[in-house]
Amino acid sequence: MIKLFREGYTSLTGIVGPLLFLKGVRQPGFAELVSIETPSGVRTGQILQVEDDLCVVQVFDGTMGMDTGKSTVWLERDIVRVPAGDALIGQILDGRGRRIDGKTIGYIEKLLPTSGMPINPVWRQSPSCYIETGISTIDMMNTLVKGQKLPIFSGAGLPANQLAAQIVSQSRVPGSDTDFLVIFAAMGITQREADFFIDTFRSTGAIDSGIFFLNLASDSAAERLLTPRMALSVAEYFAFEKNYDVLVVMTDMLYYSEALREISAAREEVPGRRGYPGYTYSDLATLYERAGCIRGARGSITQIPIITMPDDDMTHPVVDLSGYITEGQVVLDRSIHDRGLYPPINVLPSLSRLMNKGIGKRKTFEFHRLMADQLYASYARAQELERLRLIVGDDGLTDTEKLYLAFGREFEARFVNQGSVFRTLDTTLNEAWECLKELPNTELYRIPPCFIAEKLGSGREYS
Amino acid sequence: MSNLGEITGISGPVVKAKSDLAIRMFEVAHVGRDELLGEVIRILGNNIFIQVYEDTSGLCTGEPVYFTGSLLQLDLGPGLLGSVLDGIGRPLTRLGEEGIFLKKGSHASPLDPDRKWQFFPSVEVGSLVGPGSIIGNMPETSFLNNRIMVPPDVSKGTIRSIASPGEYTVSDELCVLDNGYVIKATQTWEVRQPRPVMMRLPFDQPLITGQRVLDTLFPLALGGAAVMPGGFGTGKTVTQQSLAKWCNADIIVYIGCGERGNEMTEVLEEFPVLSDPYHDVPLMERMILIANTSNMPVAAREASIYLGMTIAEYYRDMGYNVAIMADSTSRWAEALREIGGRLEEMPGEEGYPAYLGTRLAQYYERAGRVKNMGEPVRNGSVSVINAVSPAGGDFSEPVTQSSLRLSGVFWGLDKRLAQQRHFPAINWQQSYSLFEDTLDHFFSSRLGPEWKFLKSYLKDMLERERILKDLVQLVGRDGLSEQDKWLLELVEILKVVYLQQNAFSDVDAFCSLDKQKQLLLILKRLDDVVQVKLEAGLIYDQISSIPFRIDLLKLRDLDQPELESKGKYWLDKLQHQLQDMVVFK
Ligand SMILES: Nc1ncnc2c1ncn2[C@@H]1O[C@H](COP(=O)(O)OP(=O)(O)OP(=O)(O)O)[C@@H](O)[C@H]1O
Ligand SMILES: [Mg+2]
Repeated sequence: MIKLFREGYTSLTGIVGPLLFLKGVRQPGFAELVSIETPSGVRTGQILQVEDDLCVVQVFDGTMGMDTGKSTVWLERDIVRVPAGDALIGQILDGRGRRIDGKTIGYIEKLLPTSGMPINPVWRQSPSCYIETGISTIDMMNTLVKGQKLPIFSGAGLPANQLAAQIVSQSRVPGSDTDFLVIFAAMGITQREADFFIDTFRSTGAIDSGIFFLNLASDSAAERLLTPRMALSVAEYFAFEKNYDVLVVMTDMLYYSEALREISAAREEVPGRRGYPGYTYSDLATLYERAGCIRGARGSITQIPIITMPDDDMTHPVVDLSGYITEGQVVLDRSIHDRGLYPPINVLPSLSRLMNKGIGKRKTFEFHRLMADQLYASYARAQELERLRLIVGDDGLTDTEKLYLAFGREFEARFVNQGSVFRTLDTTLNEAWECLKELPNTELYRIPPCFIAEKLGSGREYS
Repeated sequence: MSNLGEITGISGPVVKAKSDLAIRMFEVAHVGRDELLGEVIRILGNNIFIQVYEDTSGLCTGEPVYFTGSLLQLDLGPGLLGSVLDGIGRPLTRLGEEGIFLKKGSHASPLDPDRKWQFFPSVEVGSLVGPGSIIGNMPETSFLNNRIMVPPDVSKGTIRSIASPGEYTVSDELCVLDNGYVIKATQTWEVRQPRPVMMRLPFDQPLITGQRVLDTLFPLALGGAAVMPGGFGTGKTVTQQSLAKWCNADIIVYIGCGERGNEMTEVLEEFPVLSDPYHDVPLMERMILIANTSNMPVAAREASIYLGMTIAEYYRDMGYNVAIMADSTSRWAEALREIGGRLEEMPGEEGYPAYLGTRLAQYYERAGRVKNMGEPVRNGSVSVINAVSPAGGDFSEPVTQSSLRLSGVFWGLDKRLAQQRHFPAINWQQSYSLFEDTLDHFFSSRLGPEWKFLKSYLKDMLERERILKDLVQLVGRDGLSEQDKWLLELVEILKVVYLQQNAFSDVDAFCSLDKQKQLLLILKRLDDVVQVKLEAGLIYDQISSIPFRIDLLKLRDLDQPELESKGKYWLDKLQHQLQDMVVFK
């Protein structure tokens, strides 16, 4: 649409943090885009709230250096949009979808709204296609499926980035011929972290089949709220219009939420837990729920958000709320990390809720669920006994209990601690049996005896 | 037009409008050029605040607001069963014809206007009918009759004319009363208004869930309310879905209230192919699904539970037992909090509005087992099973606490148990049922007087283990007697074999009452057999390598009658095996 005239206002009445207050606006539209002309250049923003002729505008470029007198706010009379098209593949963009090298993006096929509409639940299809990540603790015990949202809960200094990069570069869908696309949304991470991802993706070649949105720690908070929305609109375009299997890595959701809190505080809203606004759950859900599979569509959107747990606290609101929305979580553990094991995944609090749909006969192997259950039960028992041992000492444990301790240690040293290599599911399964071997058959009560006999030989008696 | 107002402010889902008319609280409004649906939630002079059920992006001040004059209401009639509605009652399947994403401003009744239904009258011209009286039946699914009733708000009258057997749409005239009132298959009802009943009945019959830990230890009565709080990943949704599959209610209303889209899809994919265990028809035929997933507009989430309750009451009034499940109450409360925040209300505890408890009560108090209005005499019930998702898994927060106050059963889900993959992760120390006494009569006449004894045996064992474990934590294991060692093993067995129940197992997802009793009996006898020998001097180590768990898990997969005979055989064999063991005295 060609605009015949532009509507501009010079009636700024206040600036608070990232927000502008504008008076006398004729019929402002909620959530619409504005351009702000200042002596130092043009900035963009979005209308957050309207109250009679007064508008609250959030500025994506920050308000540093702005004054109320010399700025003109132009109404674009359109909502915020992101360009989409094949020309994006292989590009590194800023947090607002502009090329980081300042050049313009080649051919744009569509300008998509960033807010995205909710998928009608009757159109969804349950994710059920196994993704082999090559990580034993994930493939065997917390299987990832296409269309799932499975976050990594990490702590400061834990190797979540390495793990995410490893998953991105080595994952495969056995027997699939759909094109694979990685979309990476960085929110508030440091330049160093961003460089790590880009270098890794460059060395594995993932960069050529990826799209990168970078909102760095030094970029504005208002823009940080936009970055994942743009990335997901682009993901929807490639998944549901171009049939790609899209894997979206979003890091770090904690900094995203802090930006949400910052804007909320500037608007003087009633704060909820730890100052995060009451709508944090709904807001996060509008991002996470954009993962999934659609009936009749070949593409899919799988999400791996990374969330730093402040002080390793899983009950921190951002972590907690995310856990309530996502379909499981992979939890990194400091004590495992401190013992020098990689990847330091603690399987007990980890979970993949969609696992059952992606495993079993014809998908992975027949007794996958039972095998995972057995490993969980045995490892949980081993951990419990490690604690008991501290009280009663080695002498206070029965012979069977000592076998559990041996199993637990073997499990961590061998099964968890695989290093940065790709393990096929077969290798993973063999490693699991090497650990379970420590236990007598009576304790392997979840696995059918025929499977035990097949793997460990029938010589082992019930004793 | 006179019933128009004008938008003067927009803040997320809350829109402010100006109007000089007399507007009612909770009146429905069509907002803006796209006619987005909304409800009036505050009136201050001629400033009207409206919560809008759809995304408000792009809405401008100055756009018109049309006030409909009526409160949020729902068309009730045949065709609801098996359908999927959004939070304000629009059929999602029909909206799905417009594309995979939900568009704004769609309006549609949940009932198919063109579909024809068989009608069989059950009254004659001249009979006297009153509110709630049944005038005929429309088979709605292969086993369930939709009973066409005189709406609750119509006064008594005699039948002037009644339609003959045949096919009718939901808006065809079926019956006319002498007071001029016309009865159709459709009736409308305001969702925030409870439907009236004749009288309330005592809670003396259970809702049988087929879940051992629930039926045995913490039974829910028909018409009662259960609250199921638990941190993320502890099994709220899986348990609710298990109940939706296996409980003995006639009809299930399942509300996905601010939860995942995929969980709705799961129900939509699974339930049409699974069989209702009581009627051998697809489970979907007894389901009504209300989907307001977490990414759908929050205001509609607030309305969704009243909508679900209204549907539940409608079928209750026909004389059915209905179970309503909402996953999760916390998301509903958060919607309330968000709207309250936008209105700049004074927040109560943890930012929730001060009226949280009152609003929750308006939902929970509509549960109950009742004698219905009208002829013929019949009873119906609405049982509530609500999930709560407390922040940080901490049960002391306001939504959990207000819900507990309003309900009779507490099924507390435990993070630690879930991490050990002990499912259902119901914490047996924390949970309770207030219906145990009123249900006592039912259980002892159904399962015999020994049921009560077995139940308290189970409780007793669990409690003794807890005390013993605390002791071990303090003083170590040196002082443990042989009996103590056996107790620890036995309770492990009870947990694995009895309390745990895998919702995804083909054979064990549902366990009948008879089988529950049989299984518990076998476990008790096992204890008896071992106790006798321990008394005679048996050392626990002598039996520690017997694969009790493996054997019992195999037994558990059997059907009730076979379980009885095979269980007896197994116990006899065990007794012999122990007989041969040398006892050092
Ligand atoms: N009875 C059960 N049998 C087997 N597995 C279970 C059972 N209950 C729960 N689980 C396991 O626990 C996982 C989480 O359960 P569920 O999704 O019901 O949790 P939730 O409490 O609803 O979590 P959220 O609050 O995040 O929605 C399931 O994916 C399943 O693997
Ligand atoms: Mg759930």
